[in-house]
Amino acid sequence: MARVTKWFIREEIMNKIVKRTLMASTCVFIAGSAVAESEVEVLHWWTSGGEAAALNVLKEDLSGQGVGWTDMPVAGGGGSDAMTVLRARVTAGDPPTAVQMLGFAIQDWAGEGALADLNKLAEDQNWDEVVPAALQGFSKHDGNWVAAPVNVHSTNWVWANTAIMAELGLEQPADWDGFVAAMQTAQDAGYVGLAHGGQAWQDATIFDSIAMGVGGPKFYQAAFIDLDPDALGGDQMIEAFKRMETLRGFVDDNFSGRDWNLASAMVANEEALFQIMGDWAKGEFINAGQTAGEEFQCFRVPGSEGTVTFNSDQFAMFSVTDTTAQDAQMTMASSVMSPEFQVAFNTVKGSVPARTDISDAEFDACGQLGMAQLAEAAANGGLFGSMAHGHANNPSVQNAMYDVITAHFNGEYDAETAASEMVTAVELAQ
Amino acid sequence: MAVDTSVDLRTRLQNWLPKIVLAPSFALVLIFVYGFILFTVYLSFTDSRMLPSYGLVGWENYSKLFRIREWDVAIKNLAIFASLYIVICTLIGLFLAIFLDQKIRGEGVLRPIFLYPMALSFIVTGTAWKWFLDPGIGIENTMHLWGWESFEFGWIKDRNMAIYTIVIAAVWQTSGFVMAMFLAGLRGIDTEILKAAQMDGASNWQMYRRIIIPQLRPAFLSAFVILCHLAIKSYDLVIALTGGGPGNATAVPATFMYSYTFTRNQMGIGASSAVIMLMTIAAIMVPYLYAELREKKG
Amino acid sequence: MSVASQDNAMKTGRAARVFIYVFLLVFALFYLLPFFIMLVNSVKPLSEITGGNMIALPQVWTLEPWLGAWSTAQIGVEPTGLRPYFWNSIKMVVPAVVICTAIGALNGYILTKWRFRGDTLIFGLMLFSCFIPFQIVLIPMARILGILEISGTTTGLVLVHVVYGIGFSTLYFRNYYAAFPTELVRAAQIDGAGFFQIFYRILMPSSGPITVVCVIWLFTNIWNDFLFGASFASGGAAPMTVALNNLVNSSTGVREYNVHFAGAIMAALPTLLVYIVAGRYFVRGLMAGSVKG
Repeated sequence: MARVTKWFIREEIMNKIVKRTLMASTCVFIAGSAVAESEVEVLHWWTSGGEAAALNVLKEDLSGQGVGWTDMPVAGGGGSDAMTVLRARVTAGDPPTAVQMLGFAIQDWAGEGALADLNKLAEDQNWDEVVPAALQGFSKHDGNWVAAPVNVHSTNWVWANTAIMAELGLEQPADWDGFVAAMQTAQDAGYVGLAHGGQAWQDATIFDSIAMGVGGPKFYQAAFIDLDPDALGGDQMIEAFKRMETLRGFVDDNFSGRDWNLASAMVANEEALFQIMGDWAKGEFINAGQTAGEEFQCFRVPGSEGTVTFNSDQFAMFSVTDTTAQDAQMTMASSVMSPEFQVAFNTVKGSVPARTDISDAEFDACGQLGMAQLAEAAANGGLFGSMAHGHANNPSVQNAMYDVITAHFNGEYDAETAASEMVTAVELAQ
Repeated sequence: MAVDTSVDLRTRLQNWLPKIVLAPSFALVLIFVYGFILFTVYLSFTDSRMLPSYGLVGWENYSKLFRIREWDVAIKNLAIFASLYIVICTLIGLFLAIFLDQKIRGEGVLRPIFLYPMALSFIVTGTAWKWFLDPGIGIENTMHLWGWESFEFGWIKDRNMAIYTIVIAAVWQTSGFVMAMFLAGLRGIDTEILKAAQMDGASNWQMYRRIIIPQLRPAFLSAFVILCHLAIKSYDLVIALTGGGPGNATAVPATFMYSYTFTRNQMGIGASSAVIMLMTIAAIMVPYLYAELREKKG
Repeated sequence: MSVASQDNAMKTGRAARVFIYVFLLVFALFYLLPFFIMLVNSVKPLSEITGGNMIALPQVWTLEPWLGAWSTAQIGVEPTGLRPYFWNSIKMVVPAVVICTAIGALNGYILTKWRFRGDTLIFGLMLFSCFIPFQIVLIPMARILGILEISGTTTGLVLVHVVYGIGFSTLYFRNYYAAFPTELVRAAQIDGAGFFQIFYRILMPSSGPITVVCVIWLFTNIWNDFLFGASFASGGAAPMTVALNNLVNSSTGVREYNVHFAGAIMAALPTLLVYIVAGRYFVRGLMAGSVKG
C-alpha cells in the first residue's frame, strides 16, 4: 500500500482524539469545502508576465471546453516553495488537482501513490511515440504515465553578444580552448568575459555543461545519475572543477548573488560577451527588443555539442475520487499535450515542445536550433536530465552537489578537495 | 437551605470560571506547540524523507547532521549573528533612547522614523536591501558616482563578511523597537531620585552609569528576550538578502532546517536540526523564565 | 503617564547638543534609506532603473508601476494585481488580532488576579511557546487543519495565527495587569461582582495602552507572515504577502523592479499606518507595562 494512505490510516485514531479535543476547546466555524464542479485547481509557479500569459493560453483552452480553472500560484525558489505548499496541502488531505512539477518530484509523488494514472489518455493520443524516451523517464512511473510534459528547457546554451563578437573579430568557438581564448580577448578589450550570477543553482548550471563537456555522456551518466564514487571523485571531475576555476577568472567582481536575468542583461547591453544559461534566458533578450541570430546568438557550451541537458516542466494530476474532477484532469492533460498549446506556450517561454512531431515554423532561430538538436540528441542517446535542475537525481543529492560546486566556485576548496567533497556530500545525502 | 446551595454553587462556579476560561488557550498551546514539538522529536528518530514516515532509525539523523559541513557553518553563523545583533541593537537602542530623551525638538517625527522598520517584513524590503548592499548598483556605486572613488563596500559578495551585512539589516529592523523599550523604561524612572543626585553634584555620566542604566534592568531583559527570539528565528532576512550565499556562507539553522525538511526531502535530518535548535532556545530561555517567574512569587 | 512629562534631560553644553542632533539625524537617514530606495524606484520607468543610479530621483515620473501593481500585475494566471489579496489579508488579520487580544487580556487577568496553584507553570509554558520555530509546525498543522476541514481557508489561517499569537498577547497583558492594584479587584468581589463583571468594569477601562502595544505587535506579525499564508491559504484565499512574493519572486521571467517596489510599499502600507498612527501610544503602552517585566 502506498505510504500516504498508510500514514493516513495510522493516524486515524490519533486524529479522532485530536479532533474531539479541538472541537471542544475552540469555537471555530467550519467553512463548507468547495463543491467539485468541472474544474481544475492548478498549483504552479509561473507568475512572471510572460509565463502567466503563456499559461493563460491553457486556461482559455480549458474554459472553451467547459472546465473551470482555480489558480494557485506560489512563486519562489524555482518551485521549491510551491513544493512545500504542496506537501502541506497533501498532508491536509486536500491536494490540488493539477500540479506543475519538475523531474524527481514527479517520481517521488508517484512513489507515494498520490498521482493519477494517465495511461488511457496517453494510449489514445499516442504519447509513447511523440515524447522522447529520456523525457518519458520522468513522465512515467513503473511504466505508467503520471504526468503530461509541457516543455523541454535545455540548459547547456551559451548566449553571446553579436556586436562584441564582431568588434573583436570572434567566431563562435569550436572547443573549450577557443571559448577561453574568446573570453580572454573580450576581457582584454575591457568587457566582462562571462556574465554570471553567483547563486548555487546558476553555479551548478554552468558546472553541469562543463562536466558534460569534459567527460561526455558516459561520465555524466556515471557521476550525476549513477552516483558512482569513482566518477564523482575521479580525474574528469577534477578537470571539470579546474575549468570552473578558469571560468571564475572571467566573471566580474560583482557576480555573487546576482539574479540570472541581470546577467543576461549584461550580455544584451554589450557589457559582457557570453552567458551560460538555460533557454529561458532568451526571453530577456527578446524583451530587450533583440532577435535571435541578430543582436544575440546561441550555441551549445563547447564540448557538449551533440548532447542536450534538459529540464522539463510537467503537469501531474493528483488522484481524486470524484469522477467530474477526474474528467476535468483528463481534459487538462489532453490540452497540455495538444500541438497548439505546445507551440503557443513554448514560443513564449523560450523552451521547445515536449513532443518531437511539431513543426518549427513558429519558432525563432534559437528555438529551431534547439528543436533540431533535441531530436538529434534524443535519437543518439545524448539527451540527459540536468543535474543542476533536478533531473539527474533526487533533491537531496542535487542540493548536496550544489553545496560543493558553489563552495568551490567561491574559493573554499581547490579542485581536488572539491572532487573528494563531492563523494562525501553525495554519500551523506543518500 | 435552597439559598445556601445556590450560593455555594455560584461561589464554586466563580472559583472554577477562571480555570475554564484559561483552559482553551492552554489546550491550544499544549497541542499546537508542545504536541508538535514532541512530533518533531519523534520525526527526528525516523527515516522520514518527503512525508513523515514511522520507520525508526535511532540516532542516525543526529550523527549525519553533525557530519554535514553546512550545519557547522550554520551554527557558527548563528553564534556570530546572534551575539553581534543583540549587542549592537541594545547599544544603538540605548543611545537613541537616551539622546531622544534630551528634550529633542522633533521627537514626534524622529520616533516613528526609528520605529517603522519593525513594521516591514523582509519580503517587502529585501530587494531594496539587496540593491543597497550590492557594490555594482548600491551604496558603493553611488559613492563612486558622487566622486568618492576609493569607497569600497562589497561585504555581501565576500563569504567572510556576508554574515555581517545580515547583521546590519537585522539591526536596522529592530534597533528602533529596542529604542522604544528603553525610552519607555527611561520615562518610567522616578525623577525625584535624579534631582537629588543632581543636587549632590553628580555628573551626567555618573547619573547614567550609577542610577539610570541600573534602573533599566527590566527593559534590558525584555529586549534580550525579544532579540534572542528574533535572532534564532531569523529566516526571511537571510533568504531575502543572500539566500544563504555566497556559497553557503550565510546559512543559519533556520534556513538549514527549512532546506533539509522541504527542499531536500530529508525530513528526518531537518527534524533533528529543529530539535537541536529548540534545545538551544530552551537552554537560554528556561533559566531566564525560571528566575523571572520565581522572583515574582517571592 | 504622559510621554513628555518626564525630565531626565541632562544639562548639556552646546557642542554636546549638536552632537546629539547629528547622531539622531544620521540614524534617521540610515533608517529611511531602504524605504527611500523603494519609493524613488517605484515611480521610475523600468529603463531608468536598469541603467541608472539606485538613489537618483526619476527623470520621468510615472505612476504606472503603482497602478500596475494594484490592479493589473500578473500574480497568477490572471492579471489581477494585488487588490483582491489585500482584502484577503484584511479578512485574516482583523479577526485574528481581535480574538487573540481578547484571549490574551482574559488570560492576563486570570493569571494575575485569579491565581491558582500551577498558574506560573502554565504561564511559563505559554511564554515559551513564543519561541517555537514556525517551520516545524507546518506539516502537523496542515494535518490538523485538514481534519478540521478548514485547510486552504481564511478561517484556518485565523486559527493558526491565534494559536501562535496567544503567547505574546498573554505576556503583554499579564505583565500589565500585574501592576494593577489587586485590592480593587478584591473590593469589587466583596461587593458581589462576578468574574466577567470585574473584567469589564474595572480592568478593561484602563487597558488602553497595553491593548495598543498588543495590537501593534500582533497586527504587524500576522500581516507580514508569509510561511503560514503560503502553506495554508494559497490560491483564492492567499494573503497579500503571498501575492507580493508571487509578483517579486517569479523564477524565469522578466523582472519589473518598479512594479515590485510599488507592490512592496502597498503591502507595507497598513502596517506603516498602524505604526505611525498608533506609534505615539506605543512607547506609552510599553512604559505602562511590558518592560517592567
